[in-house]
Amino acid sequence: MGEMVVFMVCAVGAVAAGIAVFRVDSMARATFALLASFVFTGVAVLLLLDLSYLGVLIILMMVMEMLVMAVFMIMYMMNPAGLTPMAMVHNRRGALAVSVAVFTALAAGIWLVPWPEAGAAPPPDPTESLGAALMGSHMLVMVVVGMVLFATMVAAVVLATDRGRYDRYGDDLRRGAADAPVRKGVGR
Amino acid sequence: MVETPVWGAVAAPLLLAVLAYGAAALAALLRAHAAGAAPTAGLAAPGREAARLLVGQRRSVPGADTLLRQSGVALVPVAATMAVLVVPLGGRVVGDLSVGVVWFNAMEVLIWAAVWLAGWGADSVWGLLGAYRFLALGLAYELPHMFALITAAVGAGSLRVGDIVAAQQDVWFAAVMPVAFAVYLLSALAMAFWGPLDQAVGRDVAGGVAAELSGVDALVLRTGRYLMLAAASAMAVPLFLGGGAGPLLPDWLWSLLKTAAVLAVLVWLAHRLPTVRVDRFVEVGWVVLLPVTLLQALAVSVFVLLEWV
Repeated sequence: MGEMVVFMVCAVGAVAAGIAVFRVDSMARATFALLASFVFTGVAVLLLLDLSYLGVLIILMMVMEMLVMAVFMIMYMMNPAGLTPMAMVHNRRGALAVSVAVFTALAAGIWLVPWPEAGAAPPPDPTESLGAALMGSHMLVMVVVGMVLFATMVAAVVLATDRGRYDRYGDDLRRGAADAPVRKGVGR
Repeated sequence: MVETPVWGAVAAPLLLAVLAYGAAALAALLRAHAAGAAPTAGLAAPGREAARLLVGQRRSVPGADTLLRQSGVALVPVAATMAVLVVPLGGRVVGDLSVGVVWFNAMEVLIWAAVWLAGWGADSVWGLLGAYRFLALGLAYELPHMFALITAAVGAGSLRVGDIVAAQQDVWFAAVMPVAFAVYLLSALAMAFWGPLDQAVGRDVAGGVAAELSGVDALVLRTGRYLMLAAASAMAVPLFLGGGAGPLLPDWLWSLLKTAAVLAVLVWLAHRLPTVRVDRFVEVGWVVLLPVTLLQALAVSVFVLLEWV
């Protein structure tokens, strides 16, 4: 009974917040409606699946991520600073058709997939079991892919910035004081 | 760790509020002393200020997003109160979660959303500046802060706050991992946008996030700030200062005394140090704090492997 109530509140909350993303007229509200949707999902994962680590992590990461995203969204928006109301959707009919179709397909999947019956009691550490089930023997591959992605991000930033690594201490890295872009930071 | 009955969820926030009042009173006392006034007047100052704000008129500018601003302001004390639920007082805790450290971290990150919402929603250039300043500051302090938390968890081999306290029976983590402790204290100042890291509400931007807040809104934001500072101080005790361990006195009293001491140090630091510019602090955060916390985590991992901790 309690589980059902939590599930209903989280499910309705997540879907309602998801709809709100496209109904509100400001970038900031849309961002936080999306965040609310993710938080409802996180709470459900935390309380219903007993995956406390993942549930709390979803909330933690989504808050940080959405805040960083809000900055970028507003930065790249068509109207300056995004302080004036604006529509969140383009191509209304097409977008509505696509989203309804996707939602229906995913919801149908819930009912049509023959889910396995839960036999044994839940494991003592569900997070660890989930990790093993997802990654299993591919752990090494996943770790390597993670490193490659990280290296790609660092490389992209290095290529995009106008300052190279030798701007700070000179070509032979022998400049006594760093020529820092920000004065009085770590350099001078 | 013993989980308290339901009344603990009421008692913990009340205790946090008492600590927060103490911090506000000490800050007022230090200010009064520096201004040459009678310092004892500082003790009642937070109460008087709260009464003034309670009866004050609330004002707003046209175009303000009241819903977002109000949510942001309210989220500050809520986040602090939720964060403190996993902090033990002696041997008692409201919720002894298996991922207590991550919970604390998640609740404290809500401050990001809170400060940004409060600044954005005011529809004022000063609020917006304060909000963006806090995000830049957050990107600089959050990673070192997370590594400081993780280092304590690595030292105990557990994310449960109770286990971290138990692992400090022989030697406090403040002695084993001093760098992590120092970075934790610095980030405690940052998450309460306090002291040298108070750029979000800086005087140079007319109060920043708090510029357009008045009456009850201003009261809630300021109270939330002190609550957050108190919550961060309280968490420093189980993470780095051995929890309730100490001679003669009962463990809950030791927890309280240590928390009060950390809080007093943070308030005093804020009184002594000037505000640091965000762009300078961002560079310090990424170039100095992040590498040193990583090295600290590496060192502690080696200690754990060698079974020195």
